[in-house]
Amino acid sequence: MSIIKASDVDFYYGDFHALKGISMEMERNSVTAFIGPSGCGKSTFLRLINRMNDLIDGTRLTGSIEVEGRNIYDKKIDVDTLRAEVGMVFQKPNPFAKSIFDNIAYGLRVNGVKDKAFIEQRVEESLRGAALWDEVKDKLKKSAFELSGGQQQRLCIARALAVQPKIILMDEPASALDPLSTAKIEDLIFTLKSDYTIVIVTHNMQQAARVSDKTAFFYLGELIEYDDTKKMFLSPQVEATQNYITGRFG
Amino acid sequence: MKKFFETVVEKILMVSGTITSLTIILIIVFLFSQATGLFNSSVVEENHSLVVNSQNRVQTLTPMQIKDIFDQEITSWIEVGGEDEDIIVFRFSDITSYVSEEELGDEFQFIPQVMSKIINENPAIIAFLPDQYLPNPTDGTRVMDCGDITLGDFFGGEEWFPTAQPAPLFGVLPLILGTLWVSLAAILFALPFGLAGAIFLSELASSRVRSLLKPIIELLAGIPSVVYGFFGLVVIVPLLQDWFNLAVGETALAGAIILAIMALPTIITVAEDAIRSVPRTIREASLALGASKFQTIVKVVIPYAVSGIMAAVVLGIGRAIGETMAVLMVTGNAAVIPTTLLEPVRTIPATIAAELGEAPTGGVHYEALFMLGVILFVITLVISITVEIIASKRPKQIM
Amino acid sequence: MKRKTLIQNIAFGIFRLMALSVVAILVWIIGFLVVKGAGALSWEFITESPTDGMTKGGIFPAIVGTLCLVVGSMVFAFPIGVMSGIYINEYAANNWVVKFIRVMTNNLSSIPSIVFGLFGMALFVNTLGFGDSILAGSLTLGLLVLPIVIRTTEEALKTIPDTYRQGSYALGASKLTTIRKVILPMAMPNITTGLILAVGRVSGETAPILFTCAAYFLPKLPTSIFDQVMALPYHLYVLATSGTDIEAARPVAYGTALVLILIVLIVNLLAGVLRGYFNKKLR
Repeated sequence: MSIIKASDVDFYYGDFHALKGISMEMERNSVTAFIGPSGCGKSTFLRLINRMNDLIDGTRLTGSIEVEGRNIYDKKIDVDTLRAEVGMVFQKPNPFAKSIFDNIAYGLRVNGVKDKAFIEQRVEESLRGAALWDEVKDKLKKSAFELSGGQQQRLCIARALAVQPKIILMDEPASALDPLSTAKIEDLIFTLKSDYTIVIVTHNMQQAARVSDKTAFFYLGELIEYDDTKKMFLSPQVEATQNYITGRFG
Repeated sequence: MKKFFETVVEKILMVSGTITSLTIILIIVFLFSQATGLFNSSVVEENHSLVVNSQNRVQTLTPMQIKDIFDQEITSWIEVGGEDEDIIVFRFSDITSYVSEEELGDEFQFIPQVMSKIINENPAIIAFLPDQYLPNPTDGTRVMDCGDITLGDFFGGEEWFPTAQPAPLFGVLPLILGTLWVSLAAILFALPFGLAGAIFLSELASSRVRSLLKPIIELLAGIPSVVYGFFGLVVIVPLLQDWFNLAVGETALAGAIILAIMALPTIITVAEDAIRSVPRTIREASLALGASKFQTIVKVVIPYAVSGIMAAVVLGIGRAIGETMAVLMVTGNAAVIPTTLLEPVRTIPATIAAELGEAPTGGVHYEALFMLGVILFVITLVISITVEIIASKRPKQIM
Repeated sequence: MKRKTLIQNIAFGIFRLMALSVVAILVWIIGFLVVKGAGALSWEFITESPTDGMTKGGIFPAIVGTLCLVVGSMVFAFPIGVMSGIYINEYAANNWVVKFIRVMTNNLSSIPSIVFGLFGMALFVNTLGFGDSILAGSLTLGLLVLPIVIRTTEEALKTIPDTYRQGSYALGASKLTTIRKVILPMAMPNITTGLILAVGRVSGETAPILFTCAAYFLPKLPTSIFDQVMALPYHLYVLATSGTDIEAARPVAYGTALVLILIVLIVNLLAGVLRGYFNKKLR
């Protein structure tokens, strides 16, 4: 059964019609990649799944997005709770100006967890889950800014894991990193798949091909094609997809 | 030719560019040059001296002791290190109660002799005389050498009484403490409102409300301080007098309230800038973890902007410390070391404004007021530098 | 409702209330002065001299005096401030120099106005021998507002995209010509904003003129720049604290305060309109 289900989603920034009639479903414990040229709406759609676009004034949405069968744009939905269930990793590493430990513990604390032993245990689990534990276990009290860019991004992933979300949204998580750090993030996505549902926006076709099970191609606010990644890259059905994948535009 | 003209214009522009630096240097030079004479001035009023019997063992007196003697707070020489004798205080105008006017001579030419006679007959006397009537020092009299005004008298003195005779008191402590007292109280009042205003503007207000509020805050900043002072005088002062049942409403509290209102625009504007400069992605990271907007503000945004907020507070304090007219009009201007908010105080700027008009140019009082100006200048300079340092300490971020 | 949400609602309610009270304070001050002062305002009030020990009559000499000081200080501060701004933004090649000048300008603007008063008295009144005069007062006030003019000029020049400069150079214009013919005309509205704000500041300052030019009462208007003048803010101070009959002078004091507030209102309005107009044009 699908965990995310979007039906006829239209989205506007003021007068600008950013997404047009998007309908798609994503499966549990899978990795879905969104690709497409910049400005195509892939990031916008990703940020609808945890209602991050609520922060922008003058936006409007029609249609529905369901997570585990509930419409997240229903008035009764508590946005904070939704966001705890749908984690997000951003384009650039954005740790808080706190220690490594406090960065990870932050999500637990703001959600009302007070038990110290539990927090400590969860911090370790999360850092292990993000393959960062061995590198930072001796300096948990140090500022997160002392880590390298790649480490910071894995810290941000660990931070998202700590609140045990069901879904992790990744908005071009490796675009600001060097190739070696990128490879580590990609390995991580592969292992995280067994416990989480991952949606990743990327501008890097090879990355999409390497990490994802399914791929969605967006163009000018529309979902052009959505299929198994292998199929998509070997034999795209639509010409625009073909052109984009082979690098003829974008 | 054209080239030459361009060079000349560039040089003229360059000179204009240096004008602010030049002004600051000039301010420093002039304030200091007018003020430094203070510590070369004698403790006793200019062109006057204190004369005692040459048998008197007391060699010197501090300005406070002189004041206490002439106010008859100190009545025996033993209290200032002399014999156990009652002090006889002699002011120049007392002379006719010792001798008749004829004995002074037609042109007062005999006063020095008369004085030495009086001093010889009264060994416990201390006489305060204009220098032109000093008795001959070989006649068993001695001019008391009280020395010059010291740094200790100035910065450690607890009384500011520049018109006191025979020794004016320039103790700056009550003024410094009064200034800090009013300013800090003002910031304590202004900070919660300023911070709330800044958070409201940057995080809660829609862009329409914001564009309405910003000009209002600018307006608040534009109102002249004399108008604030007037408003304080006719509204706040009577109000406080009523509420707290005071004899006078002109108190430190009135000054603090007015200063708080005046400091608000500075605090709101600078703190809002600091909060706005927090990167959006940091906010989003917090919200994406399920934190509420309020939790995000308190736990992430404010800690990130804390240096900017500190700068706002320090700037606000600087504004309050330097404010003159409003404070002058509502604080009552009593030069005493403050202990509560409900009594009058006097600040450094108010003292300068109130007294410079009456202080003869170049005199000790004039120099003392310029020294107050130096103190004020140094305080604001320290504050500017502090703000620069704080503001440059933003958290680093890998971009 | 969740605890977290409840706390948030309470906290935001408090923030709103406190922000609102800042507005309330302004409304209170302005409202109070308008209500109390409106009765005193009349044509005679702004065109006649004070009479009956300043408890009756108008404030004409104070208005003229403030006008003299505004004009005098601007004649001095505006050209120098604008030139200084041009130098910082267009000429100063070395970042170190720019930074130094900026720090000094900041420092100058943070010096309390009473210190300017002391300085003006020491330099202009005593050392240069101008005496208590419009000249001494104007120069003192001019120095005080110099940072405002410099900063607005700098900001105005900064908003002009470099492409305009390059475009002018590409046509063979020299640097000076570019500034004169292209940059300054574009930046002028915004620079004017700085001028207007400076005028507002000058007309309200009291401390710097206490010992450099302000007179308690003058029966006649100034005839040269070496004359003393009455000035609105000082006049209000005198009426409020040390007139012959403070209670009887209250109506005149309210009127004077209202005139000062009106000047500030007009100045802010003008500056706002100009800024809005300019920003729209650039966009």
